[in-house]
Amino acid sequence: MNMSVPPPAIEADRLTKHYGESVAVDGISFSIPAGSVTGLLGGNGAGKTTTIGMIMSLVVPTSGRVSVLGHDMAHDAYRVLHRMNFESPYVDLPHRLTVRQNLSVFGRLYGVKNVSERIARLASDLDLEDFVDRASGKLSAGQKTRVALAKALINEPDILILDEPTASLDPDTADWIRSHLERYRANRNATILLASHNMSEVERLCDRVLMMKRGKIVDDDAPAKLIARYGRHNLEEVFLDIARGRGAANKEAAE
Amino acid sequence: MIAPSPAFSVSRIFAMITRHWYLLRSSWPRLLELVYWPLVQMVMWGFLQSFMAKQTGALAMAAGTFLAAVLLWDILFRGQLGFSFSFLEEMWSRNLANLMISPLRPIEFVLSMIAMSLIRLVIGVVPVTFLAMLFFGFNFWGLGLALGAFFANLLLTSWAIGLLCAGLVLRNGLGAEGLTWSIMFLFLPLTCVYYPVETLPSWLQAISWALPPTAVFEGMRVLVLENTFRADLMLWALALNLMWIALAGWAFMRLMHASKRMGSLLSVGE
Repeated sequence: MNMSVPPPAIEADRLTKHYGESVAVDGISFSIPAGSVTGLLGGNGAGKTTTIGMIMSLVVPTSGRVSVLGHDMAHDAYRVLHRMNFESPYVDLPHRLTVRQNLSVFGRLYGVKNVSERIARLASDLDLEDFVDRASGKLSAGQKTRVALAKALINEPDILILDEPTASLDPDTADWIRSHLERYRANRNATILLASHNMSEVERLCDRVLMMKRGKIVDDDAPAKLIARYGRHNLEEVFLDIARGRGAANKEAAE
Repeated sequence: MIAPSPAFSVSRIFAMITRHWYLLRSSWPRLLELVYWPLVQMVMWGFLQSFMAKQTGALAMAAGTFLAAVLLWDILFRGQLGFSFSFLEEMWSRNLANLMISPLRPIEFVLSMIAMSLIRLVIGVVPVTFLAMLFFGFNFWGLGLALGAFFANLLLTSWAIGLLCAGLVLRNGLGAEGLTWSIMFLFLPLTCVYYPVETLPSWLQAISWALPPTAVFEGMRVLVLENTFRADLMLWALALNLMWIALAGWAFMRLMHASKRMGSLLSVGE
């Protein structure tokens, strides 16, 4: 009997990305176990999007390695891409296609067995039924976000990567999206990597937080532990400490 | 354990064709644009051919080739545009990253653009060939089996150029979009669409013969004026096309890798 340990869902080993002279990601290493929700936090330019790009094989690392479910994303991405998906407000779906048409195209790209059934299920789960036959470009921001999430869930991914999934949403819709993500993770034992600037969202959803600054991981722990270690009341205060370089002093004082 | 997705999938190619078909179906300006320019070209050159046919000697003979030349040129030009348009639609809609992280392989993406180029060509050029017959009595289909050889060779060139343009846009962003529209016009004088190759200075003739469409347009003139099909010219064009396609495919993959190195795939868009 093979007792080998399953590989981590996502693993980065000395992952580095330079754009010319500029260092976007500076030799980061981390391992994300299957079934966990990990937050990737950092200010603008901290290297979050580049890290996500390398995990999804959209960006080639300068050095180091990133693997997903044991597959090196620089050389072996197609063995695992069908088990991943991604949502970001910076990526769109064709505006003239209806929601149903867009989901149907992606369903077939991901090899979903019964696409119509899957779309009906997602439309029901994500409350898309009222506008599933409307052009994607004619939707409100909240509706677009739900459609983008439906696209990201079309293949029931084991690895779900979300880049600011609730950016520009009203609190009600944002809360609704978070609840859905919690249910999805619980039902599928999916691994979620979440980049967000919304600290309360990260506190609610994430088991663990990777704090990035200038391309490096400067802290890595569960949200509650980070808050305790920094002697703060919430993750936003921890974030500000790290972003403004007060991280070390506060940690020492708290300890 | 979930099985890996197949290395090649016809279903994924059809998914991409369907995506572009939905788009065409939903947008009458896009459909009109397909027919508009071939129609304008045909009308202009049709009247010129009618005028010159009333002259005597060489002019009258040359006139006989104009409509064939313009329709073949449209196959070349529209074939490339049809390919490039499908690619640009993904850039304009900021959908490229979604496709690149899906199981869609580059070869499937390219084959779907080739299929769309054919579909757009059929919609745009075929009706115009019948209008040429109606208005100017020119039977494009009368070129017979040779038309198949002309058509295939011109399409292969158009796809090679389309692939190169797609790679350049991928690498350089939408700033390089202008190339997509203009690059083929470099071929207009060099491939001798409307005049024989010997019209060019001898040094330029060598360059011209390295371009596959030159052999097609030369072959068309021989067919129309001398009623002779030059298979050797078509084989020469085919050999050049195979080389061009291979080079364009290599360039596309290199340029795609370069865009991944630059991290530009995450930020492409309008």
